[in-house]
Amino acid sequence: MPDGGLETSSVTRDGFEPRIVAFFCNWCTYTAADLAGTSRMKYAPNARVIRVMCSGRVDPQFVLDAFARGADGVLIGGCHPGDCHYQEGNYKTLRRVHLLRRVLREMGIEEERLRLEWISASEGDRLRTAVNQFTEQLRTLGPLSVEAPAEALTETAPVAAEEVAA
Amino acid sequence: MADPAGKPKVAFYWCASCGGCEEAVVDLAEDILKVVDAVDIAFWPVALDFKRADVEALEDGALAACFINGAIRTSEQEEMAHLLRRKSGVLVAFGSCAHLGGIPGLANLFDREAILDRVYRTAPTVDNDDGTRPQVRAETPEGRLTLPEFSDTVRTLDQTVEVDYYLPGCPPPVGLIVDAVTAILEGRLPPRGSVLAPDVALCSECPRKTTKPERLLLKELRRPHEVLMDPETCLLAQGLLCLGPATRGGCGAPCVSANMPCTGCLGPTSRVRDYGAKALSALASVVDSNDEAEIAAVMAQVADPVGTFYRYSLPASLLRRRARRHAPAGGGVSS
Repeated sequence: MPDGGLETSSVTRDGFEPRIVAFFCNWCTYTAADLAGTSRMKYAPNARVIRVMCSGRVDPQFVLDAFARGADGVLIGGCHPGDCHYQEGNYKTLRRVHLLRRVLREMGIEEERLRLEWISASEGDRLRTAVNQFTEQLRTLGPLSVEAPAEALTETAPVAAEEVAA
Repeated sequence: MADPAGKPKVAFYWCASCGGCEEAVVDLAEDILKVVDAVDIAFWPVALDFKRADVEALEDGALAACFINGAIRTSEQEEMAHLLRRKSGVLVAFGSCAHLGGIPGLANLFDREAILDRVYRTAPTVDNDDGTRPQVRAETPEGRLTLPEFSDTVRTLDQTVEVDYYLPGCPPPVGLIVDAVTAILEGRLPPRGSVLAPDVALCSECPRKTTKPERLLLKELRRPHEVLMDPETCLLAQGLLCLGPATRGGCGAPCVSANMPCTGCLGPTSRVRDYGAKALSALASVVDSNDEAEIAAVMAQVADPVGTFYRYSLPASLLRRRARRHAPAGGGVSS
C-alpha cells in the first residue's frame, strides 16, 4: 500500500519531528492557513494540510488511516460553532471527535493526538499558534507506533469490487 | 470415502471460533441432505473422522470449495489455512471471525503476554504456584510433546491466506449459506472477493423500518436492560444503540425482531473500509446536541466503545490492534 506521502520514519537525524495530518475546512481554517502564508507568518512545518470542504467531511476512517500510516497527530480545523458554511457540519465533527477520542484511548493512542480547532478565515495567527502548540505537544508525547503486526503476512484484501450475491 | 460419482469435494474447518458456525451448518436442517447429496465432504473435523493427513493426500486444488470459520490465532490454524488454501478451488471465509476477526479479535486490545498472564496466573480461579505456562515443546519420558504457538495478534483469514469469498455473520444466516452453496455448485459466483450477502444496510429489511422517524435524533442512549422496549418501534428511536444503519443486511433482522439491538455481526457494506469508524460516525450523526458538555455526557453513555463498535471487526480495522507503547520487542502493551 502506498504510504500516502508520509515518510517512513519520523525520527530524523536531528531527533523526533512529529508528523501531523491536518484536515482544514475550505471556508475557514484553510483560508486562515492561506492568510498565514500570504502574511508570511512562520510556523512549524510539521503539518501536512489536506483541504476538505467542511470539517464534517472528515470521516473517522480518515483519522484512523492517518494514524495507521504513520501520523503522530491529526489536526482537524473547522469554522467556529455557529459559523459553519453548511450550518451544522462542525457540530457533527465535534460529536464524532468526542466518541473517536474514547476509541483512540482504548486503542492505546493518547487522545491528545487528535486535536480539533475552530479557526476562522481571518485568524491566521491563531492557526500559527495551533500548529506550533500541537507540534510541541506531540514532541512531548513522542512518536506513535501503530505499525502493522509483524505476524500479519499480507495487507488486508482491498475492498474489492463487491456485488450483491444474494 | 470413495468418490465414484465424481461429486465435488468440499471441506469445513474451524480456527479460533466458538463452534457456532458449525452449528449454522447443522441449522441447514433438511437442506443439508441436498448438500450431502450434491457433494462429497472430504474433511470436517467436528463431524467426520478425517485427519490432516487425508487433506495432505489430496491433490492441490482437489477441493471444489472449503469453508473456514474462525480467526487465526495459533500456528496450527495458520498452517491449516495454508494447507486448505492450496487444496481448494474456492476458499470461503465463513462467519464473522474468519471474515473480520470476530469476538476472538477483541483480544487485540491485549497482547500474548497479557493474555497468558491473565489466564495462567492472575485469574481468580487459577492455582498455579509454579507459574506453569503452555510450552510449544516439552520433553517427557514418553517423548516430545508439542503445542501450537499462540500468536500475539489475532488475524482475519484474509490477512493469512487469499480468500475468494466471505460469508458474513455470527453465525452466517442459513439463507445466506444456502444461497452461497447453491451459487458455488451451480458456478454462478459473483466477482472474487465479494461478500455473499446483500450490499445494503440492515435497516432496509428491518421489520421496524416504518417506525424510523424521518429525522432520527437522540438526547440519551440507553442499554437494553434499562428500557421496557416497545416491540414495534425502531430501537434507535427508543434510545437504544442499534448498529443496523452501519451493518450489512441479509440476516432478516432476527435480533432486532427479538428486541435486541443489532450488534453488527455482518460487518460493513462494500463502501466501508473500517466498520467501527462508520458505526461511530452513524451514532454521532443522530445525537441531538450541539453543546459540548451535553455531547460529552451522551457519548459517555456508550459503555465500552471499542467493544461496541468493533465487536466483530477489530483485527480487520485500520488500526488492527492496540498500539504498543514502544518497539514491540517482546510485546509489552497491557493496559
